[in-house]
Amino acid sequence: MRWTAAMIACAVLSTAWANDVGQVKVAKGAAHVEREGARVQVSVGMPIRQSDTLVTGADGSLGVTFADNSLLSIGPNSVLAVDKFSFNPGTHEGQFDASLKRGTLAVVSGKMVKQSPDAMRVRTPASILGVRGTEFLVKIAEPGN
Amino acid sequence: MAARYAGAIALALLACSCAGPTVREETVVLLPGPDGRASGALVVQRENTRQVLDQPYAANVVRSDGRLEGARVSSQLVNENFGATLAALPARATTFLLYFLTGKDELTPESTADLDKILADMKSRPVPDIVVTGHTDSVGSAESNDRLSMQRAERVKTFLTGIGIPPDRIVTAGRGERELLVATGDNADEPRNRRVEINVR
Repeated sequence: MRWTAAMIACAVLSTAWANDVGQVKVAKGAAHVEREGARVQVSVGMPIRQSDTLVTGADGSLGVTFADNSLLSIGPNSVLAVDKFSFNPGTHEGQFDASLKRGTLAVVSGKMVKQSPDAMRVRTPASILGVRGTEFLVKIAEPGN
Repeated sequence: MAARYAGAIALALLACSCAGPTVREETVVLLPGPDGRASGALVVQRENTRQVLDQPYAANVVRSDGRLEGARVSSQLVNENFGATLAALPARATTFLLYFLTGKDELTPESTADLDKILADMKSRPVPDIVVTGHTDSVGSAESNDRLSMQRAERVKTFLTGIGIPPDRIVTAGRGERELLVATGDNADEPRNRRVEINVR
């Protein structure tokens, strides 16, 4: 009895997060996810997995929360790949690698960065951003603008 | 001064095609945290160059010829360039505490008064993930406290489903007297330990 509730809670949580590393909380305009070569229409509440790529059109934007409470959003005409996400809710250890290919990105880092400052990296075509517990913005200019 | 920098960045953002760019221009801006101060630091690495942003609105621009430049931007410029992006940022994860009457699954009058505010926050999130964890003080047996802590968590879940939050978005757990908020010996009637913690994101 003593451990039953805690074990059920753990089982429910680990099931929910087994493949899913995040969840779409905000979706506006044209937006989809590229997953294993397929194009998946985005809806609020949709789970996000490692290796997903988030894509928005000219009127689109997406906001996602991740398992370590980090928050990411992308603006119009943006492409963001979730290259790697792992997180241990017990130790708060993990790794989060994302790549902004085009457009704009906003980030509020989460628990894993508090645990170890090198846990989160964002790549852009020209840079690697090391996240030391912070909130920041990235914009890649459109060619020909 | 700030306006001059802002102007420079604005030009950089808008006019990158003039020189036939070899790389696309990139701008990175450190934002203030919720308290208005620097939210941390960001290390910007480009080939052999490395810059650390650690002040609110400190920015770093990769020029189309590959040069890395530091700058400061205005909040107005941030809104112009990132308004739609920031508008899509989900609500931050939050923790709430509700306190209970001794030996019961009934809220204290103070927590009853807080309840509406907490429920309003939960309701403002379109698809909340909620973990409700019940706790007790150290009065009574460990077994009865396990039961009581779960009853408290379930009571809070009832409040949440009562305002329309789907039950499948709420996970409940009872931790009994294992995680005292205020360390006490056994059989200590400590009101701050008689609580339910709600984590929502």
